Amino acid sequence: MPLSASEPYDLAVIGAGSAGLAGAVAGSELGLSVALLDTSAQTGGQFYRAPAPTLGAVRPEALHHDWSAYTDLRRRLARSDVRHLPGHHVWSVTKGDEEGVGGGAGDGLWAVHAVTGADGSGERPVRVRARAVLLATGAYERQLPFPGWMLPGVVGAGGAQAMLKSGLVLPGRHVVVAGSGPLLLAVASSLAAAGARVPAVVEASGYLRYARYPRALATNPHKAAEALIHGAALLRHRVRVRVRSAVTEVHGTDRVEAVTVTRLDRDWRPVRGTGRRIACDALAVGHGLVPQIELATALGCATRPLSDGTRALALDGLQETSVRGLWAAGETGGVGGAQLARLEGELAAVTVAARVLGRPAHGGRVRELRRRRDRMRAFADAMAAVHAPGRGWPRWLTDDTDVCRCEEVTAGRIREAIEDLGARDARSVKLLTRAGMGWCQGRMCGSAVACLATRGHTAEPPAERRPFATPVPLSALAALDGPAAPLATEPGGPADEPGGRTTTASGPDASPGDG
Amino acid sequence: MARTPAELVGAQPGPPFRITFDGRPVTALPGQSVAAALWGAGILAWRTTRVGGRPRGAFCGIGQCYDCLATINGEPNRRACLVPARPGDAITTQEGHGRAALGV
Ligand SMILES: Cc1cc2nc3c(=O)[nH]c(=O)nc-3n(C[C@H](O)[C@H](O)[C@H](O)COP(=O)(O)OP(=O)(O)OC[C@H]3O[C@@H](n4cnc5c(N)ncnc54)[C@H](O)[C@@H]3O)c2cc1C
Ligand code: FES
Repeated sequence: MPLSASEPYDLAVIGAGSAGLAGAVAGSELGLSVALLDTSAQTGGQFYRAPAPTLGAVRPEALHHDWSAYTDLRRRLARSDVRHLPGHHVWSVTKGDEEGVGGGAGDGLWAVHAVTGADGSGERPVRVRARAVLLATGAYERQLPFPGWMLPGVVGAGGAQAMLKSGLVLPGRHVVVAGSGPLLLAVASSLAAAGARVPAVVEASGYLRYARYPRALATNPHKAAEALIHGAALLRHRVRVRVRSAVTEVHGTDRVEAVTVTRLDRDWRPVRGTGRRIACDALAVGHGLVPQIELATALGCATRPLSDGTRALALDGLQETSVRGLWAAGETGGVGGAQLARLEGELAAVTVAARVLGRPAHGGRVRELRRRRDRMRAFADAMAAVHAPGRGWPRWLTDDTDVCRCEEVTAGRIREAIEDLGARDARSVKLLTRAGMGWCQGRMCGSAVACLATRGHTAEPPAERRPFATPVPLSALAALDGPAAPLATEPGGPADEPGGRTTTASGPDASPGDG
Repeated sequence: MARTPAELVGAQPGPPFRITFDGRPVTALPGQSVAAALWGAGILAWRTTRVGGRPRGAFCGIGQCYDCLATINGEPNRRACLVPARPGDAITTQEGHGRAALGV
């Protein structure tokens, strides 16, 4: 189906993970014309990340729970008219209005702007117009710095999982898994199943704290089952789980040789004299997930604080954000896992269809989806509370620990900005030290900087307003000003090639994201 | 019990091919990213930082951290975790902002 014929779409879905895939498929089945954009060449998102077909995996499900839920969605996608646009990195969403201000199309439609290519360097700017937008961009991992975390061999826990699921590779042979959150158990059991030795899983909180939320547990038996599966796998591989402990130092010169694991008190302060050295050649670390919502906050969407100190989009009972016509599903509304993401994607699609097609949604279907969503959301919120970072974690930082990996800003310089120069929030620290101004635009250090700046009184990072969700070639921006911003065409088909790959609109050299 | 990820999923990949890292041959499988191919060869660092000149490689694995920037076939600042490896690719360690070799 040529793109031009169906433009504008009824619905543009950003992100083809569990939430976006479910939303696109359900929307199409309800009669909507749908475009589905994702940076990745394949659907599935983080949870259903799978090896490229050319790797010939006969049993991809060996790395996943619930694989059939994904194959079902994939089958329905193949049967549908959904226009799947892989390799599309969305960097901005704008709304046209009567005057056409704000870069919009001037017609009340949404415009979704993307750059193409495996890493967005294809430079072919694409604009997809739609009556409604579903934001399903998932989450990224929260990192808390510690001495030595910049050494090669230290990788994100989700990152190790992603590299394993897509590339069938491991960062080392002996991989310690550390940080906090349920993802650690999943990562440790897949690493072990794939042949790595996992000398220890190190969890800063304690799983017993789940017992404080008996209702959420009792109404979500599948979550308990999941934990049991991981637990059994870990037992089988003789993996030792150390709770209320953290990796407080990584040893090695050019790469990881060992880590020091230290007991923590209730506030995550390291307990003196309890450090134990564990030999390993890699460390997979992460402290929960942060909803990826900048495309929405740039539009002024309201957010809500979660109990683990992160922020998610504030949504109404039917998944709509505070900005009319913009829906969200999955981790963008709070981290809750693949199953919840699927439900929310479907619920969003049902309500979008009702609005766009002007016919009432099926009441029973909506009620049932809402009921199941609310139950799972309750569990997700309990989970966030259990794994919220304690206030005492900055005690394991030394003055020369890099906090910002991109700009190489140390904890010492950040403390100076706070104690000597009077910075009280992440923004001032950023302006004084450049922490968070590099390529990643503060995704890796944002939580830590916010926490240090407010001296742990609130771990809540401010709703970041990054103007671009991905670095954008200046040529792509320039093309927007032209009389005819190029419309999306067939991937690889004829399109303007603005060329001039000289610089990007963000990154260390020019950072419009500084504000 | 599986000893390798490929064994775990019963991978029957297409024919392996060769890329180079700083001139050394590295074997890649079709469908692997540049970062995955390098990890597969035990290489964890392919960039040095601008300020401290310290080694870095893939960290987030999903295109978010930009720690994995590499110079691929002479082009700097490519995210190695996202770019698929292609036969004959020449990967070189990227120093600083990656433009040294380009004179800009
Ligand atoms: C690195 C990582 C690994 C994880 N591994 C596991 C695991 O092993 N087990 C588990 O239970 N949970 C895992 N999770 C949690 C996982 O996020 C959820 O279980 C589930 O995938 C949520 O579904 P979603 O649809 O909300 O988001 P996702 O599945 O994350 O899907 C979001 C999609 O949006 C796309 N996207 C994001 N930004 C843009 C943009 N600007 N333009 C275009 N496309 C974009 C992404 O490419 C992605 O495909 C992981 C999370 C992360 C960050
Ligand atoms: S590893 Fe983070 S961007 Fe590639």
